[in-house]
Parts: sequence; structure tokens; C-alpha cells
Amino acid sequence: MKIGFFITCLVDLMRPEIGMSAVKLLESAGCTVEVPLQQTCCGQPGFNAGDTEAARELARKFLAEFEHFDYVVVPSGSCGGMIRHHYPTLFRDDPDIRNRIEALCARTWELTSFLHDVVKIDRLPGEFDGDVTYHDSCSGLRELGVQVQPRALMALNPKIRLSEMRDARACCGFGGSFAMKYGNVSSAIVDEKVDNIQASGGRCVVLGDLGCMLNIEGRLRRRGDDTTRVLHVAQVLAGDA
Amino acid sequence: MHVQSMHFKARAGQKLADARLQANLKKLSTNWVAGRARAITELDDFEATRDDAIARRNRALANLDVWIERFERAATARGATVLFAETPADASKLVVEIAKKHGVRKVTKSKSMVSEEMALNSALEAAGIQPIETDLGEYILQINDNEPPSHIVAPVVHKSKDEVSDLFARVHKRPRLSDIPQMTREAREFLRPQFLSSDMGVSGGNFLIADTGSVALFTNEGNEGMCTILPPVHVVVTGIEKVLPTLDDLAAVARLLARSATGQSISNYFSILTGTRAAGESDGPQHTYFVLVDGGRSGLLGGEFQEMLRCIRCGACMNHCPVYQKIGGHAYGWVYPGPMGSVLTPSYVGIENALDLPQAATLCGECHVVCPMKIPLPDLLRKLREKQVDRGLRPLSERAGMIAWRFVAARPALYRPMVRVASRMLKLLGGKRGRISRLPLARGWSDYRDVITPTGPTFKERWLRRRAGR
Repeated sequence: MKIGFFITCLVDLMRPEIGMSAVKLLESAGCTVEVPLQQTCCGQPGFNAGDTEAARELARKFLAEFEHFDYVVVPSGSCGGMIRHHYPTLFRDDPDIRNRIEALCARTWELTSFLHDVVKIDRLPGEFDGDVTYHDSCSGLRELGVQVQPRALMALNPKIRLSEMRDARACCGFGGSFAMKYGNVSSAIVDEKVDNIQASGGRCVVLGDLGCMLNIEGRLRRRGDDTTRVLHVAQVLAGDA
Repeated sequence: MHVQSMHFKARAGQKLADARLQANLKKLSTNWVAGRARAITELDDFEATRDDAIARRNRALANLDVWIERFERAATARGATVLFAETPADASKLVVEIAKKHGVRKVTKSKSMVSEEMALNSALEAAGIQPIETDLGEYILQINDNEPPSHIVAPVVHKSKDEVSDLFARVHKRPRLSDIPQMTREAREFLRPQFLSSDMGVSGGNFLIADTGSVALFTNEGNEGMCTILPPVHVVVTGIEKVLPTLDDLAAVARLLARSATGQSISNYFSILTGTRAAGESDGPQHTYFVLVDGGRSGLLGGEFQEMLRCIRCGACMNHCPVYQKIGGHAYGWVYPGPMGSVLTPSYVGIENALDLPQAATLCGECHVVCPMKIPLPDLLRKLREKQVDRGLRPLSERAGMIAWRFVAARPALYRPMVRVASRMLKLLGGKRGRISRLPLARGWSDYRDVITPTGPTFKERWLRRRAGR
């Protein structure tokens, strides 16, 4: 099974080790992983800012770079949602590209749903021992239905002890450029998330999206909490943290 | 109502600092979110019920003109007069004319958001007619210097009991009360004589039934009956999109409205009013008028925003919205707040007059999940952002940023080295702690959160190194 790995721009720049953990998980599941080095960004920043033409350009680029793979795996519900959920809507008036995009979208998976729903792994390649709580990121949850998958995968390792926080499904207040444009509103929203994380008893919040990660970690640290860890689910599953 | 949506940012800041508002909003979201979650499980099949109701609303909107005509014929046959207003201001003029024609001096009002669009109270007052809000929430707002509502279902959600106690003591000139049933009784004592001396009742209309020419009203306080049946004249003001073809359609939608709004299976009071008092009947108005307001609605028909017209005004989107829950309704600056308001306001009052509203959303998607009409609110907000871009309404800095981002993202030969440089620079700035507390070009972020810096080197560098090592 030949996998095209879509790194995502934020993992590439901010937390490259998450990408390495994702690759480790995929390879241990028997996949052959390839990384097209021409890849950049899925186009979501443009799409959400109302620049549809930019999003279309990057969607075409994605198609050209990933169409030949059996599957494409993305370590982010947000970028995965952009591709699977929104790409087809960008080509309503272009049935040729639309058909190709739809075929590729059907083979494009967010990391935990790929591991759980497609290859159905039953063991993890590494060790992690700790109390965690899980934050459901919005796009993964609502656009892709990612909810049981990360939890089921973590349950494969009995040393990952999950205690659910209150309102785990509530938005963390990131919202892309929203966090910059309305920083005060955004930080009021993330404060509630941080309160719930701290009250959960988990020493570590696990999530599947870099946007939420930078927002939650940034707010935790600003509030003086230097101990609550913020980890991507790939790091926990791969035992790299 | 005067549009204040351009002051969103300033108002949102004030609301965030308002501790009382924050506590009230918290209570609302906890109670109503839990209430809705419980109420939808009472239905055998919530999804099927919802799909059925959506299909019925879509059927009505697909041939809205036909159903409106049918409604007009049926209502007229039952003795009512049906009038149409292109703008909310026109609608106010019509209501004032009706009042003058019948020599009205006092108007009792049941809750209506369309009358807020129309700024009906000030139009009536300007004509020397006294409007009296009789919904408890709206009454509280009216006696507090005509404060605007902050929620479409719970207009005084921003107020605490203490504030209302003080207000009642001041305006009613009675000893201060702190028990809610006692306060309600006091309001009732003040409203009862108004009901009995009212010359005309004005109500909104949750739905209009084309088959029968009826208006359907869902309320929780019972004041509506006193406004619609007691006075000699009853005026219904509502939007043209509220027409449903049949009573069956009404039954289908009614199963969702209160459940989505407050978590009730049905509202405490539910009226279907048809026509004027007939010969031999002992109650009901002698004159019934329908003032149907367009106010921008027909502009959404047949276009990419048509789905918005399905809205049944339950308020679930705002009850579940992370942004509304932090800033309340007043920050949005017009009649309708929250996600539905962020689509309706620019659509009805002009995109250029509400630039912040489509932007001030995290696009988390919860509003779409809970909407009983499955209106794709995040998609509609995104389309409004697209229109802002198309019309050149975004600030220069943002436009320049987008052009630069697109240029780089489309050119891998440029992108890769730039990411490498950014990774190193940010890492350097972050130092040993791996974070930056103040970043001049990203103050919107760094004023509230630390900037977490890259762990470096980039994934692509690590990947190439690994490949070379094999």
C-alpha cells in the first residue's frame, strides 16, 4: 500500500516530529510512505479568507502531486477536512477536475481514521505511559467524523489513561485568522478550554490539529502553566513523547 | 433598528469585560444546550424528523410567491387584510396608518423580532401612539430606556435578576423584590390594565399557513392571547419567508422549534389564529391585518443564500456558538445576533455595514450541527467573506498578506527555503523556552498567548536526511 504523506504546512514548520511519528505509525502498519517534496499548503487559509481562486490553485496542485497514490494521509483534521469536504465544492463548474478530485478525496484520510478505519491496526509501535485528556478539533470532528478513532487507538495501550474533560467537543477558539483578528474573543474561548483541561486531571492534552495545539499551548504557558503537556495524538500513539 | 454592526470590535471588548454578562451567558449555554440535547432524544428519529421538516420548508421556499398568494386569498376570505411592505420602514408606516385609521392610542405588543427590524415602537411613538411591550423580557427592555434585545428567544439573557429587581423598584416605584414569581406578579399587575385598555394588538408570526390563512404563534407567557384576541384590532407583522403551505407542514416544524430553542417539547402556549371575529363568536378581533415584510428577503431567493430563509428563529445556533457565548447579542449591533445574525445582518443591511460579522466566527461548525433546518451557516459565512474580497472590502494589509501567501504557497522552489529560514529565525527568537511572549507583527496573537516556536529542523529536512541515511 503506497501512501502519499501530506505533511501540512504547520507540522512541517512548527512540529516536524509529529510528522515523523505519523510516518512511524504508518510504516509499522505495513504502509510504504512517500513524501512529495513539492507540497506546500492545502489552501485553507485562502479558502477561509474568501480567496477561492487561491484555494482552487492549491487544490489543483495537490491533485497533481498526490493523484498517483493509493491513499493520502494527513496528520490534521483541519487540512483533511479542507481536502475531503471542501475541495469538491471548488470545482462545481468543472466536472473533469471535480471527478478526479472526488476520486482522490475518497482516498484521502485523516491519520487516526486511516489507522483505525482503513488499515485497522491492533497494536502500537511505541510506549507511552501517562494520564491524558483528549480535545476534539472542530474540522476533524464535524467535517470528517473523527471522534471514536483517536480514543480507540489510544485504548490499544492500557498505559494511556484517558479522562475526558468537560465539553471536549467545544471549539478552542483558534479559527485560523480569527485568533489574530479577534484575539480577545479567541482568548476568552480558549480560557474555558484551558480551565476544562486543567480540571480533567490529565497531565497532558492530546489532540489532532496544530492550530488548536499552538492556541491551547500558547494560552496555557501565558497563564503560567508550564507543566501541562500538549501533544499530537500521533506522538502519543507512536510512543515518541 | 439602527445598525451598529460596524462597532463590533469595540463592543465585543466591552462585553468580554462584563463579568455579570459572562455569568448569565454561562447559565444560558449550560441550561439550554443540555435542554436541547435531552429534548431531541424524545423524538423517535430526530434526523428523519429534521429531514422531513427541511423538505417542507424547502418546498415552501421553492414557490414562495405561489404560497404567499394562496395565503393572501385564504386570509382575505376569512376577513383579514393582507398588506405587503418592501422595507421595514414601509412596514412601520403601514402599521401606523392602520392605527390611525382605527383611532388607536394604545398598542399592546407580543414579542416580534420583525418589529425590531421595523423599529416599530419609535414609529408609533412618533405618531403619538403608545406602544407597550407585554412579553416580560421585552417589557423589561422597554422600561429600561428601550434597550435592544440581546437574544431572539431570551431578549434579556444579558440581565441578572438583581438588575431587574433594581429596575422594577425604580420604574414601578414599589419596594424592591427579589423573588422571581413576585416580580412577575408585579409586572402582571402593571400590564393587566394595559391589556384591558388596549386599542390594538401587534404580534409577530412564527409561521403563516397558506391553506387556511392562519398565523401560528409559539410563546411561553400567555401574554400573546391578551394581545391578539382582546383588542378590537390585531396586526401581525412578520417576514414573507414564514409561509408554510399546510397545517401538516406546521406540525412537522413545530416538533423541532421549542426542542431546538429551549429544550421544551412544545412552548407553553401555542395558538393558530384564523380570521376576524365571526358572527355569533364572543371573542377575537374585529379587524385583522397581516403586514408581510420583505426587508431583503426576496434578494436571497434563488441565490446562494436561499437556505438562510429556512431559519425558524429558534436560537440554537447562538446558544451553541463559542463566540456568542463570550460576547452576547448586543455586540452584533443589529436585530439578529450569533451565527444566523452574522448571515442575516450583512444580507439585509448591506455587506459593507457589517464587515466584522462574517469574520468573527471560528467556523467550528457547531451551529450547522444543531440547526434544526441544517442551514450550512459556516459555508454561508465563508461565502460572505468571499463577497467582501470580491468587492475589495478587506483591509490593504490583509489583501497584501493573502497575495504574498498565495505567491509563495504556489511555488515550492520558493516555499521550501522560506520555511527553513522561518523555522530557524523563530527558533532563535524562542530561545531555550521555545516561546515568544511578544511578536510585533502578530500582536492579535501574542497579546493573549505565547507564540510557540518551531522545534526545527523542518519535516522536509528531516525526511531528506533520513532518506540519505538509508
